[in-house]
Amino acid sequence: MLLVVEQFLNGLQFGLLLFLLAAGLTLVFGIMDFVNLAHGSLYMMGAYFAATFVAWTGNFLLGIVLALGATLLLGIVLEFVALRHLYGRDHLDHVLATFGLILFFNDAVRLIWGPAGLALSLPAWLTVPVAILPGIYYPAYRLAIIAVALAVALMLYLVVMRTRIGMLIRAGASNREMIGALGINIQLLYTLVFGLGAALAGLAGLMQAPILTVQIGMGENILILAFVIIVIGGIGSIRGAFLAAIFVGMIDTLGRAFLPDLLRKVLSSAAASTAAPALSSMLIYLVMAIVLVVRPEGLFPANKR
Amino acid sequence: MKTPFNVRNVVAAMVVAGLLLLPLYTSLSGNVFALTLFTRIVIFALAASSLNLIMGYGGMMSFGHAAYLGIGGYAVGILAAEGIGSGFIQWPVALATSALFALVIGALSLRTRGVYFIMITLAFAQMAYYVASGLARYGGDDGLTIYKRSDFAGLINLSNRVQFYYLCVFCLLGGLYLIWRVVNSRFGMVVQGLRSNEARMQAIGFPATRYRLVCFVIAGTVCGLAGALLANNTDFISPAVMYWTRSGDLMVMVILGGMGTMFGPVIGAIVYLVLEEFLSQVTEYWALIMGPLLLLIVLFGRGGIVGLLERGRHG
Repeated sequence: MLLVVEQFLNGLQFGLLLFLLAAGLTLVFGIMDFVNLAHGSLYMMGAYFAATFVAWTGNFLLGIVLALGATLLLGIVLEFVALRHLYGRDHLDHVLATFGLILFFNDAVRLIWGPAGLALSLPAWLTVPVAILPGIYYPAYRLAIIAVALAVALMLYLVVMRTRIGMLIRAGASNREMIGALGINIQLLYTLVFGLGAALAGLAGLMQAPILTVQIGMGENILILAFVIIVIGGIGSIRGAFLAAIFVGMIDTLGRAFLPDLLRKVLSSAAASTAAPALSSMLIYLVMAIVLVVRPEGLFPANKR
Repeated sequence: MKTPFNVRNVVAAMVVAGLLLLPLYTSLSGNVFALTLFTRIVIFALAASSLNLIMGYGGMMSFGHAAYLGIGGYAVGILAAEGIGSGFIQWPVALATSALFALVIGALSLRTRGVYFIMITLAFAQMAYYVASGLARYGGDDGLTIYKRSDFAGLINLSNRVQFYYLCVFCLLGGLYLIWRVVNSRFGMVVQGLRSNEARMQAIGFPATRYRLVCFVIAGTVCGLAGALLANNTDFISPAVMYWTRSGDLMVMVILGGMGTMFGPVIGAIVYLVLEEFLSQVTEYWALIMGPLLLLIVLFGRGGIVGLLERGRHG
C-alpha cells in the first residue's frame, strides 16, 4: 500500500515534469511548425544554471529565479540569432540545425563546467519527509515539484485560454498565415513563445536537478520522452500534452516499479530481472506506436479543420 | 545539356577513383590510420545511401535508420557468439532480419505522415535499442565482443585490412548501383511520384503504401548489410550503435552531402567523419565547432555539398 501510493505520486511528479518540457515543445511545434531537438539542451542548461547560481548566491530560491531568467534569455537569444531564420523551412532542416545545437551545447557545457556532473543540494526545509496520509511519508521536495508544476500548468492554461496573448497563440497554432494577415506581429509572438518554452524547459531541468545529477546529455533521453508525449497528445495541443505527460509519467514509473515483480510471476527470476528494465523502458515507445497506429494524428489533434 | 561531364558525374568519378586508390596511397605512405578511418567512412556511406533512398527519393523521413545498423551487427555478433562463424550464414541472416524488421515497422509507420512518421520510426529504433540493452546473454548495455570475423571459407579474409576495405567499397558500389537501378526503374518513378503528389498518384491507381513499403524494406536491408560490415570492422557491437543520435548522424550525412542525389550521402559521410576526426585532433571540444558549422550549412548551404558544387558551377 505504502509503495503503491509512493510510486503513484512519483509517477505524477515525473509526468508533471514531463509536461513542463512537452508544453514548450508542443507550443513551438504547433505554432512555428518548428522541430526543436535543442529543447533538451535548454533543459540541461536550466539545471546547470541552477547549480551554478545556487552555489554562487548561497540561496536556493534566489539561485533558481536567476537560473530561470538565464534560461529565458538564452532561449530568446537562440531564437533571435539562429532559429528564426529557419521557420518555414523543411522539418529536416530543423532537425539538422538543432542537432548541431545539441552537439554545441554538450561541448560548451563540458568546456565551462567540466565533464563531471554537478550536484544541486536542497535547503534543509525541502528535505524533510511530509506525512501525506497517516503513516505515509513523502519527500517534501517531490511534493513541491508537484505543486509548482500544477501551478504552472494552471497558469499556462489561464494564459492560453483566457488572455489576448493566449488567443493569439491558439490562433497561431491553428492557422499561421491568417493571423499574420490580420496584422499581428507574428515575429514578436514567435520570439515570445520560444522564450516561454525555453523557460519551461529550464524550469523542468532545474527542478529535476536535485533528484538526479546535473550532467551532460541529461536532456537527450528526456527530450525523446517529451516528443513521445506531444505525438501521443497531438501536436500543438496543450491539453493533449498535459494528459499524455501524466499518462507517460505514470506508465514509466509504475512500469519500472512493478513490472519486475509481475514478470517474476510468469518467468524465472533471473530472466525477469534482465527482461524487466528493457521492457519497462520500451513500454512508452510501445504505447506511442500503438497510439499512432490507431490514431495517426495523436489523441487530441489541435488543428481540426 | 546531356553531356556526361557535368559536375555531378565528375565529382562522383573522382570520389570512386579516390576510394579505389586509397589502399595504394596508404601502402606507399605507410599511413595505416587513413585506411582504418576510410573503412569506417565507406560503411557509413553505405548506410547513409540507403537512408537517402527513402528520405531523398521516397520522401520518408526516417529518424530510426540506425536500428538496422544494430540489427545487422547483432545478427553477426549473436551468431558468432553461438559458434556459427560462417559469413555465408551470418550475412544472409543479417539481411533477412533487417528486411523483416523494416517490413514490420514500415507497415505500421507508413500509416502516419510528416512529423508523426519521423517520431514513430524513432520510437521503433529506441525499442530496438532497449531490446538490445536487455540481451543479458549477449552483453546487454556493455555490448558484445566479436572474437572472430565472418569466415568466407578462404574466399576473402576479413581480418586483412586491405581485403576488408575493398569488400566494403565493393558493397558500397553495389549498394549504390542497386539504389540507382531502383530509382530509375518504373518502381522508383512511382515512389518519387508519391513524394511529389500522393493524391494524384493514388488517383491514377497506384497503391501508395505498398510501393513505399517495398522501398522502405530495400533501404532497411541495405543498411543491415552496412551493420554486418560495421560489426566486423569494430569486432564489437553494442546498443549504442542504435541510439537515436546515431540515426541523427546518418540524417546529417545525407543532408550535408545532398539529399536525393546519388553520391551526395557518400560525400556527406566522407566530409562529416573526416571533419569529426580532424576537429577532434585539433581540439577536444570538436563539437563546439561542428555544431555551429551544421547550423551554418543549413542556413546558407541549401541542397548540401552537391547542391553547392552545382551552384558554384552555374554562377
